[in-house]
Amino acid sequence: MTDKKHSLDTVNIQYYTFAEHPNELKLVSGKSLGPITLAYETYGELNKEKSNAILVGHALSGDAHAAGFHKGDKNPGWWDGLIGPQKAIDTDKYFVICSNVIGGCKGSTGPASINPKTSKPYGLDFPIITIEDMVRAEKYLIDHLGIKRLLSVIGGSMGGMQALQWVALYPDHVQSAIPIATALKHSPQQIAFDEVGRQAVMADPTWNKGDYYDKPDKPEKGLAVARMIGHITYMSDTSMEEKFSRRLKDKDYNFDFTADFEVEGYLRYRGDNFVKRFDPNSYLYITKAMDYFDVSGEKLISKAKASSVRFLVIAFKSDWLYPPYQVQDIVRQLKIKGCDATYCEVKSTYGHDAFLLEIEEETHLIKHFLNKTFHGYNVVR
Amino acid sequence: MSFDPISLDHRIIYQLIAPGARVLDLGCGDGELMYLLAKDKNVKVQGIEIDEEAIYKCVARGLSVFHGDIDSGLKEYPDDSFDYVILNQAMQQAKKADFVITEALRVGKKLIIGFPNFGHINARVSLFFRGKTPVTPSLPYRWYNTPNLHFLTISDFKSYCADRKIKILESRYLSGNRIVYIWPNLFATDAIFEMTK
Repeated sequence: MTDKKHSLDTVNIQYYTFAEHPNELKLVSGKSLGPITLAYETYGELNKEKSNAILVGHALSGDAHAAGFHKGDKNPGWWDGLIGPQKAIDTDKYFVICSNVIGGCKGSTGPASINPKTSKPYGLDFPIITIEDMVRAEKYLIDHLGIKRLLSVIGGSMGGMQALQWVALYPDHVQSAIPIATALKHSPQQIAFDEVGRQAVMADPTWNKGDYYDKPDKPEKGLAVARMIGHITYMSDTSMEEKFSRRLKDKDYNFDFTADFEVEGYLRYRGDNFVKRFDPNSYLYITKAMDYFDVSGEKLISKAKASSVRFLVIAFKSDWLYPPYQVQDIVRQLKIKGCDATYCEVKSTYGHDAFLLEIEEETHLIKHFLNKTFHGYNVVR
Repeated sequence: MSFDPISLDHRIIYQLIAPGARVLDLGCGDGELMYLLAKDKNVKVQGIEIDEEAIYKCVARGLSVFHGDIDSGLKEYPDDSFDYVILNQAMQQAKKADFVITEALRVGKKLIIGFPNFGHINARVSLFFRGKTPVTPSLPYRWYNTPNLHFLTISDFKSYCADRKIKILESRYLSGNRIVYIWPNLFATDAIFEMTK
């Protein structure tokens, strides 16, 4: 799917540390966090006017490595189909930034990081964080890079929440936003799925109230189950039928509890793979942040300035985790506020995963939208 | 600018709209009219369109458009959100035409509406002499594949406006690429009205 010759060459992860004592970041919960390190990657060149910067937000299990190849890696970043030379987010034209969220486990400060007070990993001493806190941390990075106003903030799923949060929090610093397959707030159903995932982690005896970093076992079983539930919600009935149907791994039923069906094998494989690269506590913190997220009603565009932000909102027909009617709640707010906005419901059978897979449709929408935002009408048609 | 490749209905609507206005185009299609208005008249345009492929074309032109149907697309807009609402060749396909017109007049200060005239002589001849449902250049469909849910004549529409106390500010009648001046209900294939509450 990814053509290397159109991808970025080797990309590197970078780090920025801030909010050091006594200037810790004040969190929504009232607690403070500091120092904070953000792992981030950038692609393309920042222009002289610093007007071509685009911030990309990652989803629950994502990281700062959105595009290109790390040295020696076979697989590119998670949104390589969209980000690169001549792609939708064209690195020949734009300066693209993607950072790992706080609470994460891919280089940014999270529960697995060392607590400066104890010199041991935070574990559950890590404060609860929200999407707003993540965005406030990202703002430090954008300031550090000398960018006053982002050309666009873009992301799918939790990345889309960050885009919306940027508009709510810093409308003066955002020219456009592209929230994809996301919502203004989690519904009880979405909170419920997250809670089952968290309970799976916490029910694993090796979780040990989050204190497992120096133990031989960590709650991998629990996290794998959480991930399996997640994957079910990321696919659609149709995409599962197409991918697995009732096909068996072996010739016949085994008449035991091994993975008879391909779908069982797939979920187990996905679960087992996930635990190798993800910290169980981060899973708890990040899903909780998503559940607390709420920019519904007046909260999205509360400041007059926010109504000048251009929007491209994308939903996918078969996405039942963030269904189109929920994405349309965003659109309803934009109509009330008279925002310049585009909404497209892409016909896709991939379910929520579509935001990572429907590259052609997303490219068409995003490329032209960014072009218009950057240049006005003069270069389009 | 040259009007040559532009259809007469778009040309008429283009001329009716004041520069710099805020415009909502319901059933905007691939955005041809919106693009002209935005680029040449500095009009702030927003479209609503049901067809996904048409939306891609609008976005390629740098236009803003909401994917949705016009029956439910207006509810959130506050009163008088737009200087003009355009409802060109779309009203006859709305499920609740009356509701859409009422809503369009609420969210827009003025409504520009364009529709095919079922009272055109060809339609009358077809029905009266041949006993067949009319198929004309402005009503090209057969009974089994037409997207049109409402069939009306220019006279029907004028009576409707009178009943609803809707003021007609401008009226234009056309037949293909020509303007029709006499007996429009008989000789016009299409009509365009500018109206206000």
